[in-house]
Amino acid sequence: MEHISLQHFLVVSSILFSLGIYAVVTRKNAILVLMGIELILNAANINFVAFSRYGNFGLSGEITALFVIILAAAEAAIALAIVLNIYKTFSNVNVDEINKLKE
Amino acid sequence: MNLYDLIFYLFALLTIVSGFFVVSSKNIVHSAFNLIFTFFGVTGLYVLLGADFLAIVQIMVYIGGILVLLLFGVMLTHKATNVEIKSGSIKVIPAVIGVGIFAAVLISIMLSSHWKDIPGSIPSTTIYGLGKLLVTDYVLIFELLAILLLVAMIGAASIARREKE
Repeated sequence: MEHISLQHFLVVSSILFSLGIYAVVTRKNAILVLMGIELILNAANINFVAFSRYGNFGLSGEITALFVIILAAAEAAIALAIVLNIYKTFSNVNVDEINKLKE
Repeated sequence: MNLYDLIFYLFALLTIVSGFFVVSSKNIVHSAFNLIFTFFGVTGLYVLLGADFLAIVQIMVYIGGILVLLLFGVMLTHKATNVEIKSGSIKVIPAVIGVGIFAAVLISIMLSSHWKDIPGSIPSTTIYGLGKLLVTDYVLIFELLAILLLVAMIGAASIARREKE
């Protein structure tokens, strides 16, 4: 069996990205859609760190991954606030049933 | 197969299997708890790639922050008396076909491309280099992200606040 290389990490992140896409496309609950987005961002982060390690670019990739984590935190806070507001207005958070911005 | 390879396969398996349960579990709370293991697996991959500081940040921000936030979201958007918190999926078969094709294309591209694959030497710690880059080359992005976090915090608080009627 060959040694672990860059491609092993890229394949893991591809599978994680596809799982995230699947969650965003199929799940009804808005919070599960958010979990899918977190999976996608994590997959992108694995790519950044793997290229930073194997591409010999210094630490630029890790800095970018750090920025992605910060953006993910801000995104989760805002999205949860919006989801709570939707729940207050419509009493559910199923993204396939909500098609109005206000009641 | 040496120890590094074994640990890699362990963490990769942990990440993918728990990620699969996140997207397929009927119970939202189970999904959220499986997400812990996904994040933990990704943390292990970071450690294997020599990114020690990023691994710590991943645990603190994702598991300590975002996951708790998501669990709060689950608890606040369902009736507290309803123990079974379930959620269905829609259009599963077309999604499986589409995502399967997408994943196959993506993986075949990743495997067939000729990547520049020259592993540099792993520094004993990345904190010094990251800190130096943050206040020299990336200082503008660093400051902008600080403002963004402030805006996000104020925005989230004002959106989620209960309005006085």
